Amino acid sequence: MGILKTFALGGVHPEENKLSSNAPIEKLALPKQAIVPLGQNLGAPSKPLVKRGDQVKAGQLLAEAGGFISTNIHAPVSGKVIKIDNVIDGTGYKRPGIIIDVEGDEWLDDIDLSTDLKTEIELDGKAIIEKIKNAGLVGMGGATFPTYVKLMPPPGKKAEYLIINGVECEPYLTSDHRLMLEKGPEIVVGTQILMKALNVKKAIIGIENNKPEAIHHMQELVKPIDGMTVQPLKVQYPQGGEKQLIKAVVNREVPSAKLPIEVGCVVQNVGTAFAVYEAVQKNKPLVERVVTVTGKAVKKPSNLLARIGTPIHQLIEAAEGLPENTGKIIGGGPMMGKALTSLDVPVVKGSSGILLMKKEESVREPENPCIRCSKCTTVCPMGLEPFLLSKASKLGKFDMAESEKIMDCIECGSCQYTCPASIPLLDYLRLGKNKVGAIMRNRGKN
Amino acid sequence: MNMFTVSGSPHVHGGESTKKIMHGVVIAMVPAILVSVYFFGLGAIRVLLLSIVASMFFEWVIQKYLLKGPLTITDGSALVTGILLAFNVPSNLPGWMIIIGALIAIGMAKMSFGGLGKNIFNPALVARVFLLISFPVQMTSWPKPSPITKGFTDTITGPTPLGIVKEGLGADPPKTISELAPEIPSYMQSLTGDMGGSLGEVSALALILGGVYMLYKRIISWEIPLSMLLTVVVFSGILWGFNPEQYADPVFHLLTGGMMLGAIFMATDMVTSPMTRGGQLVFGVGVGLLTILIRIWGAYPEGVSFAILLMNAVVPLINRGFKPRRFGAKPGVEIAQ
Amino acid sequence: MDNIVIIAIAALGSLGLVAAVILYFVASKFKVYEDPKIDEVEEALPAANCGGCGFPGCRAFAEATTTSARKNKNLDGLNCPVGGNDVMQSVGSILGLEVEATDPLIAVIRCNGSIKNTPAKVKYEGATSCAFAHALYGGEGGCQFGCLGLADCVDACDFDAIHMNPETGLPVVNDKCTACGACVEACPRDIIELRKKGPKDRRIFVSCVNKEKGAPAKKNCAVACIGCAKCDKVCKFDAITINSFLAYIDFSKCTLCRKCVEVCPTEAIWEVNFKPRKPKEGKAPKPVAEKTVAKENAPTAKVEAGKAPDNETTE
Repeated sequence: MGILKTFALGGVHPEENKLSSNAPIEKLALPKQAIVPLGQNLGAPSKPLVKRGDQVKAGQLLAEAGGFISTNIHAPVSGKVIKIDNVIDGTGYKRPGIIIDVEGDEWLDDIDLSTDLKTEIELDGKAIIEKIKNAGLVGMGGATFPTYVKLMPPPGKKAEYLIINGVECEPYLTSDHRLMLEKGPEIVVGTQILMKALNVKKAIIGIENNKPEAIHHMQELVKPIDGMTVQPLKVQYPQGGEKQLIKAVVNREVPSAKLPIEVGCVVQNVGTAFAVYEAVQKNKPLVERVVTVTGKAVKKPSNLLARIGTPIHQLIEAAEGLPENTGKIIGGGPMMGKALTSLDVPVVKGSSGILLMKKEESVREPENPCIRCSKCTTVCPMGLEPFLLSKASKLGKFDMAESEKIMDCIECGSCQYTCPASIPLLDYLRLGKNKVGAIMRNRGKN
Repeated sequence: MNMFTVSGSPHVHGGESTKKIMHGVVIAMVPAILVSVYFFGLGAIRVLLLSIVASMFFEWVIQKYLLKGPLTITDGSALVTGILLAFNVPSNLPGWMIIIGALIAIGMAKMSFGGLGKNIFNPALVARVFLLISFPVQMTSWPKPSPITKGFTDTITGPTPLGIVKEGLGADPPKTISELAPEIPSYMQSLTGDMGGSLGEVSALALILGGVYMLYKRIISWEIPLSMLLTVVVFSGILWGFNPEQYADPVFHLLTGGMMLGAIFMATDMVTSPMTRGGQLVFGVGVGLLTILIRIWGAYPEGVSFAILLMNAVVPLINRGFKPRRFGAKPGVEIAQ
Repeated sequence: MDNIVIIAIAALGSLGLVAAVILYFVASKFKVYEDPKIDEVEEALPAANCGGCGFPGCRAFAEATTTSARKNKNLDGLNCPVGGNDVMQSVGSILGLEVEATDPLIAVIRCNGSIKNTPAKVKYEGATSCAFAHALYGGEGGCQFGCLGLADCVDACDFDAIHMNPETGLPVVNDKCTACGACVEACPRDIIELRKKGPKDRRIFVSCVNKEKGAPAKKNCAVACIGCAKCDKVCKFDAITINSFLAYIDFSKCTLCRKCVEVCPTEAIWEVNFKPRKPKEGKAPKPVAEKTVAKENAPTAKVEAGKAPDNETTE
């Protein structure tokens, strides 16, 4: 295979712990009650279209996009809307959501629920984008950026490569891995649809080398297809970051504060490619997704196909229960995931996994003084100086943080992961990013 | 009820800690310690123990009664400073001087700046230079190495190879290098440590062994030692090529004095060295240049400690000037339309 | 020998002379006229440079007042909260203007979600920063409006006027407060408000900012305002408004009659520095947040919102 490609700067290699990589995707039973938060994507929350007492069918539009960067939300289950109220979501805050009491499993008639592979793409580019927009698709890797926005390059910019992100560099998570193994053909069709929508000739599926079966499987599938290749990549975190993946696959650097389209690339997750297939070929909006439930103490690490709105305790039960000594529940992977405050948090479009950490794993080491070892600088994939930036935001020197490019930080956590003094570097970096972002927005207004 | 923890990501840690790094450094110093005990016998053990105990004691006292902060002696940094200080003094140094040295290292060079991580200068080197200037006689009377196997002969002292060269070249009438050659230890002797000098600096081989271990454990990176040693080789090589009778050869410079100790253990000190690769290279080159300048044209035969301290002082400037390569700093790519 | 001395004196002397001449011309050419009153006003200011007035420092405030006095013949909108009335009066007399007296203000902490009142449901670990914790999650006790207890306000205070009470986990304001507003700015949850100190330091306010409905608010916190509007009904002065399940007392209308305090079912309304009322017959005495003495640093300082009424005494 020779030397495997990877990105240029920094990076770490955390323990992979892909405990559930051999667990096939299981369909999870319907919840009794689905809780559908209205803010499921990056950007503006959606506006509800139903009211209390309405009967809804699965796949029916529940809420429409509330702005340009926003998405539609569809009913993941059939039943009765019992209230529109504040519900706890992954952020730990109560935000508006729609609560549906599940009755049966009735779908809208025009949704094709069969599993037959449909390879012909009938729609043209514009219609595809329209369909993706209506189906409420967002980036399934966790960032939840509305997919259709990425498919419409700003005037003067043109995409050259479509990069499909099958890296899954987060430890523990295996949902993309299983999806590639079990829904490979659909992902390939989804990729073709995206290529058509973007009008690009080349698509590259990037997969890390710790998933050899997936690489092999996908390589077999793309063989007959023009312009589509699979690129095995060296295992290195955070390779799943858009900018890192582009660097690794096509060796282009997205300029600071710019989007991937600046270097002619559009990156989509494999989960998104699958969702695109379902939305365009099967007319099925985004109402379910694969969620990995894992952790060292979990009895049965699983990959579950769950409806949006299923409370996570139901997923944990499917993995044979919450372990006794669980100390932390994480929505997502251990490097970038969010600690959840409650088991009632529902699955949303961006939930890639639920990680249950043991008590002893969830305790941070006490903070020690910085010994200026510069390991954080060495591992930073964006070439930043986390020690300096965290200090600047701790001391409130936000002008310095800005000039030292704090906004370039992708919050991958490599710095904090590697810090021998256990300084919560990323906590302070996030704080600084929030403040600097607010300052920059204010400046824009004046 | 189960109480869950909430915190920002990342939720895992690589397991590296200050303590582990310090212990790694101590392990890397073991070969040099063994060599020093072999050649300097009980004297070496006495200096080592005294220096370690005194350093840790001062760290504890200052942290507890002056700074009133959490106790830090367990993090191993005082242990490392103690051993390094012992490495930098002759094995027959009076005990009270070692204690003063430890006080200077911990109290003045480290704690007065605010403790671990905040000091500008390498504590052990500050102490060494302080002792060298305050007690020049005791600090430059080196016991002759005599392997344990031959019994203890603590009383005989002799000069270091660098001292021999410095004195010989500066004598009246000046001698040439080839005239001095019989007095200078062979390369083999300097590699193993069979020459006069401070405790830890005599055996290049033992130090290199420790350096390799630290490189493997990623406690140090190659930039500083390599750039420093290369600079020394190139600079002294040019001079030597110019006039081999006046200037010693590069290998002699590499293997004698505190060069290896400085390059591997002192200049690489995380706290007092630059943060980025570019900065580290500049730092190493600077130390190398200054060392040779002091050794050849300075008043002292040895210049490593002065060179490192001088470069320590400019580290904040280097850090400001040498930023890591930012991702996306390059202009965008031309896209084929 | 003499020659050398004379040459040296002459050379140095003429150098000095030339330099003095140059300096004189440069100084007079680049002279900036400054109103001497600016210096006088600055002298009168407390020199805290806290920024409470909205200017970057006392000097800037002095310039602003002098300019305003010259141009507008008034000092509207300019106030030094730290110096209070006395300082503003003296500034006014320097500038030859009458200054209306303003009521002194004090920072008030509108949350009583102490460790006891709002039991923790999750444990927070990470940077000691309210701003970060606020962005991360709702809060240990589950109330997403309440105090996070990580002391951003304490860090912001230049006057040593605000401290954390380790027993309640809440900040406490003492008499050193100058109402500069730095803590108000620092609190990511807008819990701190500048309110009138009131006559004899007596004031009444709602110690809660929870905008949830009654039931979920009460579920997380025993002393939350549940928006029951009992206080609104009992208030004869129209001082209380209820907005998204939260009562607010307008301090300019409040007459300190204490009726609302009596009717509040969750003890969310606080009265400070009043004499304890006589117990009515058949009723347990209602606890009052009294003028108490701060335990820490300032032994004589009065405590604003430190001592929460203990729950045990109410039952």
